[in-house]
Amino acid sequence: MTETVLRFAGALRRAGLSIGTGQSLDAVRALAVIGLCRRDDVFWTLHAVLVHRHEDFAVFEQAFRLFWREPAVGGTAPAAPFAGFRAAGRPRAAASRRVGEALAAPTAEARRGDLAEADARLSWSDREVLKHRDFEALSAAELAEAAALVSRLELPFIAWPTRRYRADKGGRSPDPAASLRASGRRQFDWLDLRFRRRAERPPPLVVLCDISGSMDRYARMFLLFLHALMRSRRRMEVFLFGTRLTHVTRLLQDRDGDASLAAIGAAVADWSGGTRIGACLADFNRAWGRRVLGGGAQVLLMTDGLDRDGGDGIAIEMARLKRSCRRLIWLNPLLRYAEFAPRAAGIKALIDHVDDFLPAHNLSSLEALAASLHAAARRTVARRMGGDGRRAVDS
Amino acid sequence: MVEPVPAWGGTVDEMIALLAEGDYLADRALATAVTLALKLARPLFLEGEAGVGKTEVAKVLARRLGRQLIRLQCYDGLDVAAAVYEWNYPRQMLEIRLAEATAASRETLETELFAERFLIRRPLLRALSPDPAGPPVLLIDELDRADEPFEAFLLEILADYQVTIPELGTIRAPQPPITIITSNRTREIHDALKRRCFYAWVDYPDAARELAIVRRKAGGAEHRLAEEAVAFVQALRGQRLFKAPGVAETLDWVNALTALGCTTLDAEAIGDTLGAVLKYQEDIARILGAESERLLADVRAERSLR
Repeated sequence: MTETVLRFAGALRRAGLSIGTGQSLDAVRALAVIGLCRRDDVFWTLHAVLVHRHEDFAVFEQAFRLFWREPAVGGTAPAAPFAGFRAAGRPRAAASRRVGEALAAPTAEARRGDLAEADARLSWSDREVLKHRDFEALSAAELAEAAALVSRLELPFIAWPTRRYRADKGGRSPDPAASLRASGRRQFDWLDLRFRRRAERPPPLVVLCDISGSMDRYARMFLLFLHALMRSRRRMEVFLFGTRLTHVTRLLQDRDGDASLAAIGAAVADWSGGTRIGACLADFNRAWGRRVLGGGAQVLLMTDGLDRDGGDGIAIEMARLKRSCRRLIWLNPLLRYAEFAPRAAGIKALIDHVDDFLPAHNLSSLEALAASLHAAARRTVARRMGGDGRRAVDS
Repeated sequence: MVEPVPAWGGTVDEMIALLAEGDYLADRALATAVTLALKLARPLFLEGEAGVGKTEVAKVLARRLGRQLIRLQCYDGLDVAAAVYEWNYPRQMLEIRLAEATAASRETLETELFAERFLIRRPLLRALSPDPAGPPVLLIDELDRADEPFEAFLLEILADYQVTIPELGTIRAPQPPITIITSNRTREIHDALKRRCFYAWVDYPDAARELAIVRRKAGGAEHRLAEEAVAFVQALRGQRLFKAPGVAETLDWVNALTALGCTTLDAEAIGDTLGAVLKYQEDIARILGAESERLLADVRAERSLR
């Protein structure tokens, strides 16, 4: 039995579940305790030991069904179900390999505005076009540049005081534990007062990044930036959206930037297609909002606000998002068109609900992206200091 | 390390029965995970939406096994002083003043000041202390509300079931407590912690089980009302709501309707009491009126078919 269980754990691991050797052995012990009389007991026992995330349930169930389709007599789980499982375990990847048709023609609305004229990339399709994407390999210089920029980057996200204290000589509240310990060292000749202050913590960061056709030329750079940023922050979640929402945090966690980008290119099905901002925000609010916006998260929305659905549902979902997070920042790479931006219904709906609007002119390089985030950070500090922020920033 | 004694030795079916005696109707997935946690003396990690009865598992277990329930409610910034132990500073200060007044020896003062009687025991330390009734049930509730530093600390405690107080030494649990950790999933708990636990996803119950729960917990409700309310809530969960109602909401609602003297569900009663089921304004606005009448009609039609 041990061998079979280990093989099953190995199969799950290959399907993307994170399972350690220790857990495989735990699974064997657990089965010994529960017994093998009932199929559903075996199922739930293995589930309790090997699965740690509810999302993995579907993969586990499928794997279990296929693996024990025919009882493994003599411990020889045949190779055939195994191969079948590989395909079945990742139905999305297989299904989404269907490459869609070419970009659909821009809608009438796009043609009407000066937008389309100004930039041929400003087109959004009215059909969902599924497409995977290959990124150029990253050069070592690019990776180094990204890492360097991120390390110098001042983000417009305010650090908030936590309920946790740290020792600080200049702090205002006395620290009784440290004071008594210190006094004890002096045999209580006098009370040696120690102080503390509230520790500050960078807030969790949630990034929602638009990857539709009109944002196409920024996608690679944004991902590079996000990958570098991910290395420097503890709590960060990244979602990409076009016509659908994809959670890519785990993919971005790969240390290797190329591997990350390749995995994302393959996992996301709606590259360079249309944008359905309202629907994607609705998905986010419903499926993810409560899971990732805890602890005073701040949200960075990277989109040009051009919406295939004509701004449908954006206002209501933005209002929800605004109420669920501490700060909502919109980075828009379209300053040139800022004067007629509010005409597009989607843009208007977005702009009404953001805390900070960050129009970025010519966002063609990492440097420009960093500069615009920098500027917002300064404004944030300035506002916090009551208009006298320059000193605080410069010092 | 001493091999831990299983806190309980029955089968999965016996666990279902045990929980049912405590008015908790568990499905097989949950009962299996609980059985494993008790038999292999490992923590149980329960995840699920708010109001599906995660905390209740711990309460019922403590009651049925006759153990003490020790609850640690997590919050942002929860630290060792609030979770494990704290020295009673006011009393220590007082003791110093007394020592000064009586001119007691200073050398002995320090050992006296950091004695057990000045120690305030917080939940985790209490859970590690021996209990005549057997290892207590330690409920670490809503771990997702605590911050990552606490999670890392918890990892350490759950590994050895011991804490070290510098002034007193190491305190070690003779038998590990029955540990139940719950999370509403407002953030991801780190895999390292989950890996040490048996995991169970507590889902919304199906209609039959939810009705059985309502019968047990809200016994005063009319049979027909309970049936219709449960069917209505089940239908609500299929809607695209920001927050789907949990079992706790169903029970609240049935109790509210009973208190208002309803014996069946009607549009007016739903309108008056929807706030007991849905807790977000946009959800209420969506369901109130035409949508709730449509759902109610569906529920009625379904019922008449059976």
